[in-house]
Amino acid sequence: MPFYRNIAAKIALLPMIVISLTVFVGCIIYSFVYSLTNSKLVPVMNYVGFDQYERLFKQRKWDVAVENIFIYGFVFTIGCLIIGFLLAVLIDQKIRGESLFRTIFLYPYAMSFVVTGLVWKWVLNPTFGLENSMHMWGMTWFELDWLVNRDLAIYAVCIAAVWQGAGFVMVLMLAGLRGIDEDIWKSLSIEGVAKWKSYIFVILPMLRPMVVTAIVLIAAGVVKVYDLILALTSGGPGYATTTPAMYVMENFFSRANLGQAFAASIIMFISVVCILAPWAFYEFYLRNKYANN
Amino acid sequence: MKKFFSILLTIFLPLSFTNVSKAGGHMEAEVIHWWTSGGEQAAISEFAKAWEEMGNTWIDTAITGGDNARGTTVNRIIGGNPPTAAQFNVSKQFVDLVEQGLLQSLEEVASAEGWRDFIYPPELIETCEFEGEFYCVPVNIHSWQWMWINNDVYKQVGLPVPQTFEEFLAGAPKIQEAGIIPLALGGQGWQESGMFDVVASSIMGFPLMQSIYRDKDLDAFRDGRFESVLNTYRELNQFTDEGSPGRLWNDTTAMVIEGKAAMQVMGDWARGEFAVAGQEAMVDYSCVIPGKEKYVALGGDVFVFPKNDDPKVKDAQLAMASMMVNPTVQAKFNNAKGSLPMRLDVDTSAADACMQMGLDLIQNPDAIMRESDDWNTPAFTAAWGDIISEFRNDPNYTVAQVMDDLEGVLTSGL
Repeated sequence: MPFYRNIAAKIALLPMIVISLTVFVGCIIYSFVYSLTNSKLVPVMNYVGFDQYERLFKQRKWDVAVENIFIYGFVFTIGCLIIGFLLAVLIDQKIRGESLFRTIFLYPYAMSFVVTGLVWKWVLNPTFGLENSMHMWGMTWFELDWLVNRDLAIYAVCIAAVWQGAGFVMVLMLAGLRGIDEDIWKSLSIEGVAKWKSYIFVILPMLRPMVVTAIVLIAAGVVKVYDLILALTSGGPGYATTTPAMYVMENFFSRANLGQAFAASIIMFISVVCILAPWAFYEFYLRNKYANN
Repeated sequence: MKKFFSILLTIFLPLSFTNVSKAGGHMEAEVIHWWTSGGEQAAISEFAKAWEEMGNTWIDTAITGGDNARGTTVNRIIGGNPPTAAQFNVSKQFVDLVEQGLLQSLEEVASAEGWRDFIYPPELIETCEFEGEFYCVPVNIHSWQWMWINNDVYKQVGLPVPQTFEEFLAGAPKIQEAGIIPLALGGQGWQESGMFDVVASSIMGFPLMQSIYRDKDLDAFRDGRFESVLNTYRELNQFTDEGSPGRLWNDTTAMVIEGKAAMQVMGDWARGEFAVAGQEAMVDYSCVIPGKEKYVALGGDVFVFPKNDDPKVKDAQLAMASMMVNPTVQAKFNNAKGSLPMRLDVDTSAADACMQMGLDLIQNPDAIMRESDDWNTPAFTAAWGDIISEFRNDPNYTVAQVMDDLEGVLTSGL
């Protein structure tokens, strides 16, 4: 393809390309360079090699953060897909008041994570939340201490996140379901396939583009999760629900430990690239290749 | 002699700052701070009023949360748009800024007004002085070393108000039986490690604390007394409630005020909450400095003045620094804030029983203690606090493991 083809479009894109290169690539290089220094409150060029990385991997807190992001990523993605798909299927049964239910289920998505976090913080708080209400109604056996239990707190975060994200997945799936040809349903019913079987083995594979879109959007939210946890648990109890993004922010702002924050953010960047690269390679390169053949 | 000096200063100081302000003409100053609660707002507006009475303009940039405010200050300095003045804590938080030459030296006014003679206690001078020059203005003293106790609760269960953590622990089961939470503690990192340091100083005394936190003396750290502090801390934590994680300090103080809980360990800013609730010191509530040897810690706030190319800004900065240490302004400011003034010649007639206790104690140099962040970087105190917080929340984290991890922080060179 000659260089001067679509030259006007290329010129129009130039500012965007320059900004992306300087802001994104430039900042990544800057972060990496300063992650090799012992910068504290202000960035200083004081080379210490890979000391910051060594310290990072010795931190118990960083281990907890990495573990949490995997738990959160897994439960949040799976939870949203399953509940979102189920809601979509249920709404697809030609029910009465469909738009009302759709609005109700999608509504949480319109809220900011901070609001979601605060609401669930109050619901799950054992001293004045749901547990307390149940006790006052006489059900003293009821226990809901997830938020204050070190081992379960991260799952409480997942519940709040799924509550917010499931409605969005539902809308995507519903759009997909509406795009399924009526003839497919007719032939399925002539064959006498059970409804649940047709959803899982026939319809779901046809929704593949929707599922991929949903996963990509959810995954982007997983890596940068910060505000929800800050509002819901502030990383507590102790640091049981801390995440890599929180670790970076903490070292940047409250701990005056820039070198450590840069090192942690570079590790985050590398892990995202490691996860995304094979997928991008497949989506954009291999698939096109086969499609062209 | 002291009195003579203070009279001299009271006469001399207002004169000196009116002179400076005349030299600068009308001045504008933007101040970044994190004083956003009711009492805090009242306090900062005393500064603003005094500044405006000098014929100047005060631009108030209040940012919620110390971390956020300090972050903003540093970002703006590095970004080339520094504020006129910015708040920090009495600590090592701003040392980097001084070392990078980003702060205005205040030596000109400091030596002209003789700050070294009246700033009390002299430890505050150490915080602000770098290579013989002043780089910050201490404005108040806040101490962590307090237990806040609901008197009614103790009357109800028929126990005397505890004076030490041991006495508190002895009475705690009885309070629990009465259906009251013995210890109100907000489960946020800073509250957990703040209370830990109060337990530490009251059990092992300030000299030992100093050799651990300042000198990083591993023999002192391993001599058994620090372990006993950890054990006491763990025992205390059995008496908190399950609503503790993430609770704000003032919500926690409210539990003591309402009688839902018996005691909270918190800095002297908690007094403001009792005052707002209409409670009277030593009648409705007691403030106790726990331990046989009583200490008052030198926490508090300072203002720094980032360098600016505009010479007019420098004039404003020096004038403001001079205004902040002025005894009349100091009296008004600290009465509103509930903190102790940074000089002895200030009118404190409005002080309540608790504040009076602090004022009496601070006159005795042996009772003055420093905190970890006076010697250590924020990175060190945060790493230390993480371990303390984890120790509090994870019952499987043994004392022996904690000792090893803390030793790791001590030797990390952070």
